[in-house]
Amino acid sequence: MTHAVLAVGLIGVSAWAVAVFPRSVLVFLLFQGSLLFAYVARIPSWLRVTLLGLALLVLMPTIGFFNGYYLEVATQVGIFVALALGLNIVVGLAGLLDLGYVAFFAVGAYSWAIPGSPQANLIFGGNAFPLSAWWFYAFLFVGLMVAAGAGILLGLPVLRLHGDYLAIVTLGFGEVIRVLANNLDKPINLTNGPKGITPIGRPPVPFGMPYSEAFYFLVLLIVAVVILVNRRLENSHIGRAWEAIREDELAAQAMGVPLVRSKLLAFACGASFAGVMGVVFSAKQIFINPESFTFLESIGVLAMVILGGMGSIPGAVLGATVVTVLNLQVLKGLSLWLNELKNAGVTVLGYNLADLPTQLEPAKYERMIFGVILILMMIFRPQGIFPVRRRARELAKQV
Amino acid sequence: MPARFEALGVTKRFGGLTALAAVDFALDTGISSIIGPNGAGKTTLFNIFTGLYGADEGRVTFRGQPLLGLRPDQITALGICRTFQNIRLFANMTAIENVLVGMNTRVALGLWDVLSHRRRFRRTEGELAARAVALLDRVGLQANANDVARNLPYGDQRRLELARALGSEPTLLLLDEPTAGMTQGEAGALMRLLRGLVAELGLAIILIEHNMRVVMEVSDRVAVLDHGEKIAEGPPREVQSNARVIEAYLGTRGSGPARTRRA
Repeated sequence: MTHAVLAVGLIGVSAWAVAVFPRSVLVFLLFQGSLLFAYVARIPSWLRVTLLGLALLVLMPTIGFFNGYYLEVATQVGIFVALALGLNIVVGLAGLLDLGYVAFFAVGAYSWAIPGSPQANLIFGGNAFPLSAWWFYAFLFVGLMVAAGAGILLGLPVLRLHGDYLAIVTLGFGEVIRVLANNLDKPINLTNGPKGITPIGRPPVPFGMPYSEAFYFLVLLIVAVVILVNRRLENSHIGRAWEAIREDELAAQAMGVPLVRSKLLAFACGASFAGVMGVVFSAKQIFINPESFTFLESIGVLAMVILGGMGSIPGAVLGATVVTVLNLQVLKGLSLWLNELKNAGVTVLGYNLADLPTQLEPAKYERMIFGVILILMMIFRPQGIFPVRRRARELAKQV
Repeated sequence: MPARFEALGVTKRFGGLTALAAVDFALDTGISSIIGPNGAGKTTLFNIFTGLYGADEGRVTFRGQPLLGLRPDQITALGICRTFQNIRLFANMTAIENVLVGMNTRVALGLWDVLSHRRRFRRTEGELAARAVALLDRVGLQANANDVARNLPYGDQRRLELARALGSEPTLLLLDEPTAGMTQGEAGALMRLLRGLVAELGLAIILIEHNMRVVMEVSDRVAVLDHGEKIAEGPPREVQSNARVIEAYLGTRGSGPARTRRA
């Protein structure tokens, strides 16, 4: 009961606080924390669904109406949640360490960016492109299929590889895709190379909604579908086969799990989520170039999965949220704050911060602090924030 | 229908070492044991029967269907399943999930059934769970269904491996030292369970076993491997008194201390 009151109160108070202090990062973090509390609190599930639904469908867009940046953060969180959930299938469930995951995101992004912009005219000639905006919705599926195909393409040569070897090959695959995107501007200009593609068409939006709000809802919808698909896969013979492969590949095969089919399916499913989000990403950004799909992005998504708890759906969601918010808000905010102190010439322990050499710029600590957080997490909570909880089954009484 | 299982002239070489030399083996029903000193090639034979290894020469058929060249999961689908000498459970999954994985070849659902969650899917999942519980019950692990396999005691893990193998509805079961690490009492109970399975389901079982008391008690036939060769086969009593078998186990008189062999 106290939990219910607390959950409702927290969400209400923090939402109100965000409205009053629209520029305070701390207050926005409190709002996010209240959502997390509502998720873990011991409250009836109808209340949980109502609260979270209300917060994500009404409060968040309203907040975003007043502070567009928060909506941008929320949208990016959503994109990375879908990526983390996709990678979670490959790494967390099937145990196939993939260091080139962002390649599928890139494949999805380019599969809309090219026909959705005048770029395709350079390939096919004529004047038929960009495709009309409605095509965007069809290309969500095209991006899904193309990325799934790329997943199978990657899966085929690495079927016999395990562990470190697999990781190296997937790393190479990720780099190959990026380098291809970088260099396929000749002999035929497919990707426009490092200059990137722009302007990429945006989908038609109902009710004259602003694009930022529309993309937020679109991402939210896709994340909901991805979570549903993930849960259904996990609680089926397919998900169990993946986990069996992760636990003991040889025994899994001897128990009748078809290795090739299961692994390819894992790669294809994981890739398809990234593909869909790639399409959304390219339309949202209007501009993409290979710089958006670096190795560091793959590692970032992997960090989300590991930080959240490998193989756990709530873990992947939370991991993606924490890492994205850390990168976009907390660490940025921290370095801005330190910079202010420096510019104001504050003295700490008799040392004037204004004398700090440029090599020690606060902005340079961002990645370091992120690294320290990762290390501390792995030392003190290696299983992740929300580790997998084995689902206890309701067992029918045997008579 | 008898599960006619036949191996003819199975030969396997690892580099210069001949692990199996033209081994013949046949079984219709009942329990047949394979014994032999360490490194005799017993587990290698199992690995060939279940498709984990290829054979260099020979033929293996099950109900007239050739097995060599098939993948392990295809062989499991045909009704042959096994347990492992060094228990290979899915350690971080629960007992019932382990058994459910064993049923994988008997699930006739596609990706779309899973995603759409149609009534067919839910009914099938329900049936699978009920059968898995029944199998756990059968091996005496009904109370541990939701326990993570890693946390089960050793003997329970062996029995869970048996339940998992039974999940694939085999007609031929290959058990690799199922009583290793069990007390004599536990071993006896397991053998009664195996006997029951043979009697009720018409299962054929091939047993690799070091516990001679168990072997002599439970087997209909015994085959003896030594250095990759089958040196004797027949009813337990006959094999027990076979001169070559005694030699393989104890060494010949005058040849010094008993030979010890390592794999």
